Amino acid sequence: MPLSPKARENELLKAATRRQFFSRCGLGVGSMALASLAKQDALRASISEDATDNPIAAKQPHFLPKAKNIIYLFMAGGPSQLELFDYKPTLQQYNGKVIPESYLEGKRFAFMNSSFKNRSTLLGTRRAFKQHGQSGMWVSELLPHTAGIVDECTFLRTCKTNLFNHAPAKLFMNTGSGQFGRPSMGAWTTYGLGSACEDLPGFVVLQSGPRGPRGGAVNWGSGFLPTVHQGVPLRGQGEPILNLTTPDGITDKAQKSVIDAVKSMNLKRLIETGDPEISTRISAYEMAYKMQSSAPDLIDLSNESQETMDMYGVESNGSNFGRNCLLARRLVEKGVRFIQLYHTNWDSHGGPGENLQGDFEKVCREIDQPCAALIKDLKRRGLLDDTLVIWGGEFGRTPMGENRSSTGRNHHIDAFTMWFAGGGTKPGNIVGETDELGFDAVLDPAHTHDIHATILHLMGMDHEKLTFRFQGRDFRLTDIHGDLIDKMYV
Amino acid sequence: MRHTPIQLSICLLLFLGNLEANETDFQFSANIRPIFRDHCYRCHGATQQKGGLRLDLGHTSEIWEGSSGPAWIAGNPEDSLLIQLLRGNHNSLPSMPYKKEALSELEIKTIEHWIDQGAIIPPSVEIDSQRHWAFSKPDRPEIPQVKNKQWTRNAIDFFILNELEKQGIQPSEEAAPSTLLRRLFLDLTGLPPGQKDLKSISAGFTEPNYQDWVNDLLASPHFGERWGRHWLDIARYADSNGYSIDGARTMWRYRDWVIQAVNDDMPFDQFTTEQIAGDLLPHATLDQIIATGFHRNTQINQEGGIDPEQFRMESIFDRMATTGAAFLGLTIGCAQCHDHKFDPVSQEEYYRMFAFFNNQDEPNIPAPTYKESMKLISWEQKYNPLKSKFDIYENSLPDKIWNWEKFFDEKDTEVAPAEIKAIIEKIPQERSKEESKQLLEHFKKHDVTYLALSKQVNKLQRQRPRITTAMVLKERTEMRETHLLIKGDFTRPDKTMSPGVPKTLHPMETESEANRLDLAKWITSPENPLTARVVMNRMWQQYFGNGIVETENDFGTQGSLPSNPALLDWLAVEFMESGWSMKKMHRLITQSTTYRQSSKFRQDLYDKDPRNLLLGRQNRVRLESEIVRDVALQASGLLEPSIGGPSVHPPQPKGVMGLGQVQRNWKANQDERRFRRGMYTFFWRATPHPALSVFDSPDAFSTCTRRIRSNTPLQALALLNDPAFHEMAEQFALLMLDQSAENDSERVTFGFKRCTSRLPDSDELEVMLEFISQQRKSTKSLDSIKQQKTVWLNVARVLLNLDETITRE
Repeated sequence: MPLSPKARENELLKAATRRQFFSRCGLGVGSMALASLAKQDALRASISEDATDNPIAAKQPHFLPKAKNIIYLFMAGGPSQLELFDYKPTLQQYNGKVIPESYLEGKRFAFMNSSFKNRSTLLGTRRAFKQHGQSGMWVSELLPHTAGIVDECTFLRTCKTNLFNHAPAKLFMNTGSGQFGRPSMGAWTTYGLGSACEDLPGFVVLQSGPRGPRGGAVNWGSGFLPTVHQGVPLRGQGEPILNLTTPDGITDKAQKSVIDAVKSMNLKRLIETGDPEISTRISAYEMAYKMQSSAPDLIDLSNESQETMDMYGVESNGSNFGRNCLLARRLVEKGVRFIQLYHTNWDSHGGPGENLQGDFEKVCREIDQPCAALIKDLKRRGLLDDTLVIWGGEFGRTPMGENRSSTGRNHHIDAFTMWFAGGGTKPGNIVGETDELGFDAVLDPAHTHDIHATILHLMGMDHEKLTFRFQGRDFRLTDIHGDLIDKMYV
Repeated sequence: MRHTPIQLSICLLLFLGNLEANETDFQFSANIRPIFRDHCYRCHGATQQKGGLRLDLGHTSEIWEGSSGPAWIAGNPEDSLLIQLLRGNHNSLPSMPYKKEALSELEIKTIEHWIDQGAIIPPSVEIDSQRHWAFSKPDRPEIPQVKNKQWTRNAIDFFILNELEKQGIQPSEEAAPSTLLRRLFLDLTGLPPGQKDLKSISAGFTEPNYQDWVNDLLASPHFGERWGRHWLDIARYADSNGYSIDGARTMWRYRDWVIQAVNDDMPFDQFTTEQIAGDLLPHATLDQIIATGFHRNTQINQEGGIDPEQFRMESIFDRMATTGAAFLGLTIGCAQCHDHKFDPVSQEEYYRMFAFFNNQDEPNIPAPTYKESMKLISWEQKYNPLKSKFDIYENSLPDKIWNWEKFFDEKDTEVAPAEIKAIIEKIPQERSKEESKQLLEHFKKHDVTYLALSKQVNKLQRQRPRITTAMVLKERTEMRETHLLIKGDFTRPDKTMSPGVPKTLHPMETESEANRLDLAKWITSPENPLTARVVMNRMWQQYFGNGIVETENDFGTQGSLPSNPALLDWLAVEFMESGWSMKKMHRLITQSTTYRQSSKFRQDLYDKDPRNLLLGRQNRVRLESEIVRDVALQASGLLEPSIGGPSVHPPQPKGVMGLGQVQRNWKANQDERRFRRGMYTFFWRATPHPALSVFDSPDAFSTCTRRIRSNTPLQALALLNDPAFHEMAEQFALLMLDQSAENDSERVTFGFKRCTSRLPDSDELEVMLEFISQQRKSTKSLDSIKQQKTVWLNVARVLLNLDETITRE
C-alpha cells in the first residue's frame, strides 16, 4: 500500500537520519521541526548557532544589546532643521544679510552653478518655536504632536554627513558610503543578528509620499552581502510583497499540496545527493508559504481598535505614513529586526511643490501625528525599551535662503537634526549645539559614521567587528571611522 | 610559496643524510629561506630591519648581523645568537619571533644543522625579493606522476589525481550519462538537452561520442550567450544609466559583440585589446570600436545639481577597479586613497594607470547592424538620386526667379504681397541678402515643381531606417593632465602623473608616451604573470563552483593560495601557448575525467576535504538567474531561441518599476520576445526584473567576478507565483496533456524528464502519482477538461519548482 505523503516524509526523514548527514548540514531538515516547536528567541538562538539552513536565523550579538529591533523613519529629501528643531534667534535677527565669507570658505554646495553663492543671504525662520517637556527641547509650531513626546527622545542636533546630492547622500546615510554596491544598515543588521521572525523577512521597507526616494532600491540593498539580507519592500495595500499572491485559479489548498509535493521530491534528492543546499531550499519554501498568509495578515488592520487607528491618523492622514507607522509597530510585534519607512518629500528648495510654506506644512502634518503615535503606542505596549526608533533625513538645509519661485533652503551637510527614541537611548535628552546661525556644530559634532557606530552598539554589535570580506578587504558599515556617541544612551 | 609540513620533513630527511657540498645550494633556498620568510621578514626584511638585522639578503651580502652582533657563527650553533633567541635562552634579549609563537623544533633543528654545516649561502642565492607567487611568471610545470593512470584522460586529471592520491582520496565515479549530458548542455549553452539528445546517449557515452558532444556544444551559437553572459557580469553590463535617475541607454551592440567574439573564439588577447583600446587599433573597424563599450558600462549620473567632473572621476575609478579585477585579479582600487596596504601598488602607481583612462571622450556613435546597413543602403539608393535631383532644382531657382521676374506683371501683384513687390522692383544688385532670401522663399512657396519635389524628399527622409547607436571610447587629441588625488578626492589634486604601470609587474614596452593600446598590450603580454592565471581560474570557477584560487578577484598577498598551484600554472601556460584560445581550454576541462565525476556527497571525502577543494567529486550548483528562466522556458516549449538584438520585456509583477526614484512603465512584450532567454531581459539598474535579482543577478553597479548563490523564500515565491513562471507552467501542462500517453505515469515521466533530463525512480514516480490522484480528488467539482488542466497545471508547477530543475548536478 502506498504511503501517505506525510508518512513518506517521515520515512524519508528517518532514512536521512540513518545516513547521518544531519550532523554535517548543521540541523538541516531537523531544525525546521525543532524551530516550529521553539517559539522563543532563546531556544531558537541556541539551535541556530550552527544551523546552515536559515541564513537569517537569530544569532548572538557581540554583547548584551539595549535594543532588539529598529524602526527607522527616513525623512527623504532632507528636512529643514531650522524650521523644526534648531532654534536660532540670531539667524532671524540677521535675516536678509549676506552671510560672512568666513562661513563659506572651503565649502561646497549642490547647484553651485546656479550663482547661488552670490545671493546667499541668511534666512531666519518664520516659524514660532517653544520649549517643551522636562527637557525643554525647542520644537516649532509645525510639529505639535512631536512636541508632546520630547521627553521620550534623544535629539541629536549636530549630525554631519559627507555628500550633498540626494541619491549619494541617502546611500551614505544608509550604507556609510556614497558608492553604489555597499550593504545598507538593515542588511548589516540582519547579517549580524539574523531575525527573530519566522514568517516574514528580517528587513522590511515601507514607503509613502508623492514619489519613491531617490536612489530607490539600492537604499535598502544588500550590496556584497548575500541577497537574503536585502530589504523587502512591503506595500500597505494590494499585494504586500512581490509574487506573494498565489496565481489566479490556484486554491490555497492546491498551493499547499504543491509545496508539500516539492518538499517530498526535494527530500528524496537530498538523500540521493547529500547536498545541504536542498535542505535550505526546503526551509525556504516553508517560509515562503508562511509569508503568503502572514504578510496579508500583517497589513489587515481590521483587528486594530478605532482608538489606535485614530491615534495614528490612519484614515485622516492623507498619506500612507500613518498606516506605515502602525504597520511598523505590528512588524516589531512579529519580531522583524529592521523596519525602514521612507517618506517624501522634504526637499524644500523653494520651487513649485517644495516651498517652505504650504508644501512644508503639508509634509510636517503628514508625519507629525503618526510619529508621536508610534512612540506612545510602542511605550504603552512595553515595546519601546526593545525598539530603537530613528527619525531623520539624508542631510539638512542651509541657514541661507535659496531663491526659486519662492525662498527655500539648499542642501546642508554640516549640521542637521535627527531624533531617536527607545532602544536604550536616553529619554528627554538633547545632544549637540550649533553656532548662532546654525551653520556648523560647536559642541558634540556627530558624523554619520558615529551615528552608525552608535546604532550598531545599541543593537549589541561592535561596529569594528561586524565585517564582511569583499575584494580583498574587510568592509564595515563604518568603513574606517566611527566613534560611539555615548551621550546618546544610558 | 609556503611549504607544507610534509614537504618540509621530506626536505629535512634528505638534508640530514650527509649531503654533498654541491647540493647545499638547495639547502639554503629550499630549507632555510622559507623559514626566514615565514617568520622573520616581517621585521627583518626589505621594509623594516629591527635591530639593524636583515634576513632576506643573498650570497654577496656580508651583513648578516645587527646591532647585537652577528646572527650566527658558522659551525657553532650553540653560540649563535639566532639559535639562542629562537630557543628563548638568551639572558637579555627577548625570544624570537618577537611576541609570536616559537618555531617548531623541526625548524630550529634545520637551522642549527645548517649553521653546524658552515652556514653556507651558495653564490647562486640572490637577494630574496619575497616575491608573491602570483607576481612571478608561471612556468609550465611538469605533469606529475600518478598511480591510477587509467583514471586520467588529460593533463588536468594528473594534477588533480596527484593531490587526491597524496591525501589518500579516491576520486568519484563518472556521473550518470543523463546527468553528464545535462551538465555539458547547461555549462556550455545554458539550455538543457532535448529528448532526442538524451535518447542518443541512453546506452551511455563512448569516448568519441562524448567528444563530439563537446565539440557540437562549443560550436552552438548558444555557447556565446552562455559564456558571453559570464563576461558581461565582469563588464557590469546594463541597459540603463544607473544612479538615481537611471535613464535607459542603448548598449546591446556591445552585448552582441561579446556573444559574437565568444562564438568566434576570438583569442583572449585580442578580445582584451579590442575592449580596452579597439578605437586605437590601426584602421579600427566598427566592431572594434563597439568593443570599447566595455568601459562605457559605467554609470552616468543625470541628477540635477551635480558636479559632472566628480562623476567623470567616479567612472574612471570604476574603470580602474574593473580592469584590476577582470584582467589582473588585483584589488587596485585600494590604492585610490593611499598606498595599497598589502600589495605592491602605490598610490602614485594607481594614478599612473589612471592616466590611461583619463584621456577619452565618451561619444555615442551610429552603429548600424548588418541588417540596418542593408536597409540603409537600399534606402540611400532611393533617396540619393531624388535628393540630388532636388538639390539641382533648388540651385537652379535663382535663374528661375529671374525668368519669373521678367514676366512679372499686374495679375501677379494680386498674389504677391506688397513687400515682395517692393523687392522685385529693385534691381538684383541693390537687394540685401535678407531680401534675396525672402524672395527665394516666396518663390519656393509657389513653385509647383519645387513643392512636389520637396514633399517627396521629406517623405523619404522620414523613412530613413533607424540606426542603432553604441556607447564607445574615443581618445582625445588634447591630453588631459592627470594628477594624484589626495585621499582619492577629486577636489584635492596633487602632482601630475604620466601613464605607467606598477613596478612590481613586468615593464611596459613603448616608444612614445604610452596610451590605452600599450596598456592592452601590457595586459596581454606573455610576460604578464597574472592575466592568464586569472582568466583560467575564473573558467575553472564556472565549471567547478570554486576557483583554484578561491578569491578569484584577489591574487594579491591577501588572497587565498591556490588549492592546486601547479594545475593553475599549467592551465595558464597552456592557454597562452594555445594562442589564447578559450575554446581549446573549454574542451580540455570538459573532456577531463575530473569534470565528469559525479557530484554526489561522500562521507569519506567530506572527512578528508570538507570543502571539496581537491575535487574528489564535482560540485552541485544552483543555476544562474537567467538560466533558471531558460530551463523553464525550454521545459514548457516556449523558448524563443533567437540571438542578440535589443533587450526585451517579459512579464513582471506589478509595482516593480515604482520602486525606483523615477516611475517608469514596464510594458510586457506580447509577441515572441516575451519568451526570449533571460540574458535579453531589459536590465534597469535601479529596478532590475525581480526574477533576475532574486536569483542573484549582479547589480551592474560595479564589476562582478563571481555571483553569490543565495537560497531564499523570495526565490520560492518567484517560482511559485511570478506571472512569467506561471505562464510557463500553464504551457507546460498543455504540453504534457498533448502527449499521446497511455497513462499518468507516462505523462508525468515525460514532464519530469523535460525538467531534470532523467527518468524518475520508482519512489519519485509514486510521489508524483499520489499527488495527481490527490489533485483529482480535490478538483472533482470541475468539468473534466477544466479538471485535467488544473491537475496538470499543478503537476507542472511541482516539476518547475524542483531543486533539481534549477540545479546543475
